[in-house]
Amino acid sequence: MATTTVPVHSPISADHLCVGYGKRPVVEGVTLDMQPGELLVLIGTNGSGKSTLLKTLAGLIKPVHGELHLLGEHAGQLPKRVAYLPQHPVSSHTLPLCVRDMVAMGRYAHLGLFKRATKHDQAIVEDSMRRAGIDEQANKPIRDLSGGQQQRTHLAQVLARQAEVLLLDEPTAGLDINGRKLVASLVAAERARGVTVVMATHELLDAEHATSVMLLAQRVVAMGPPDVALRDEYLRECFGFTQPH
Amino acid sequence: MNFFFGVFADDHQLRLELIAGLLVALTCAVTGTFVVLRGLSFIGDALAHGVLPGIAAAMLLGVSGMLGAAVSAAVMMSGVGIVNRRLRLSGDTAIGLLFVGMLSLGVLISSRSLSLVGDLEEILFGDLANVEWSTISIQFVALIGLAIVFAICHRPFLLLSVDEGLVSTSGFSAKIFHNVMMAMVATTIIVSFTTVGTLLVMGMLIAPAATGALFARRTSSMILIAALAGSTSVYIGLLASYHYDLAASASIVLTAVILFALAAIVSEVRKSRLRRNTVDQEHEHPHAHGHVHI
Repeated sequence: MATTTVPVHSPISADHLCVGYGKRPVVEGVTLDMQPGELLVLIGTNGSGKSTLLKTLAGLIKPVHGELHLLGEHAGQLPKRVAYLPQHPVSSHTLPLCVRDMVAMGRYAHLGLFKRATKHDQAIVEDSMRRAGIDEQANKPIRDLSGGQQQRTHLAQVLARQAEVLLLDEPTAGLDINGRKLVASLVAAERARGVTVVMATHELLDAEHATSVMLLAQRVVAMGPPDVALRDEYLRECFGFTQPH
Repeated sequence: MNFFFGVFADDHQLRLELIAGLLVALTCAVTGTFVVLRGLSFIGDALAHGVLPGIAAAMLLGVSGMLGAAVSAAVMMSGVGIVNRRLRLSGDTAIGLLFVGMLSLGVLISSRSLSLVGDLEEILFGDLANVEWSTISIQFVALIGLAIVFAICHRPFLLLSVDEGLVSTSGFSAKIFHNVMMAMVATTIIVSFTTVGTLLVMGMLIAPAATGALFARRTSSMILIAALAGSTSVYIGLLASYHYDLAASASIVLTAVILFALAAIVSEVRKSRLRRNTVDQEHEHPHAHGHVHI
């Protein structure tokens, strides 16, 4: 009896990927083969190429050269299955949206231009707000929230996508210690259900539970498990200092 | 009561002016909301001036001013895109260059014909006193068209107001929907310039929508408040113009700006009261909140 095999694609695979703007490379030689449930943390100083790499993974800028596939497709082809949290998303003080409406925008990739939001969509939005700890502010205008509460709202919006790959650009920016713990627990929960996460950060502590860490300084300085990639010689090369022991 | 209502019943032309003005107010409420939310005032203003050479050329050639304005708007938008992308200059530099270039070209074309000097005033400040049913019909069709486009595109438009990256990563084309939005702004200017003029149409695009932004919690309510503020401005502006012999379009736009100023004062007073109440409650119950806000 003939059997058909469904090809299983890596959530993220890259081969000698060069990312940058136009023909100007920012980071070269990125090779990845991520599996479901893995967490890759990108660490580097400002301008090291973290956001450029994330934007390339999100399909917002084209690779300069090299191969890149997310879930077997080119970057940007699967908006329902890949969610992206931009760095410092604009929460304009004029934006007349309450938290619930803002989080509901996370469902737009599934709804397109014409589909109406169902009860299922609404339940996902409510659950995402609860998980991000912003449900008590559901009816508040986004412009009346603190920076940390706005960041939680954007995180809830990303969760509402119910994607298989999460691309998070500095999700802990502007959050206090409780907020940082919340992000860590949300990432852990998503990984537990098989979601692959790539997260850019300035904080070495955010790399604690990562499957692998990529140290960037306009090139890949080191890549591997945290205990390997965060060795003193690599950190000195990347930041000019080492971790206190 | 005749002071407020009777004049519109007695004067046929004033009724036409009221209808044309209300259509401008409604059209500008839909488009102006996104001009304010996305901070597109500068490009909107530049576009309003950039249509001048097209209108002037159309008048010289004896064709429709709206057609000339449409061609001019298309040239201006393409020019901004080319200067921005090809020459790697910032967006506002590109807009500023095209703005002064098109305005100068418009004045040059106008100066070729003495009769256009009077026409130029009509283009810049509108000609409500001579508005006709044909203009009103075009405005009505444009309003229905813009409302349909808004209904179809409101999701990507909202995403554009938050972050352009979010539009693309949600499966929509940021470039296409930005261009659709700019086409809406251009259409609004083209169909409104005969009523309030190219200089003053920006006032109707920005002031009522900004009033809406002070109070609204949803985009739909912002459009409704903008429509209400714009329509009230048209009504009060026309009454003032009729009774005190003032320029109609300038009266309307000035009323819209005064309404915004009053709304801003009300909004600030309300906010300071809310802040005072919150501080008072915290003094009375310093440990009332059991959880930490971030």
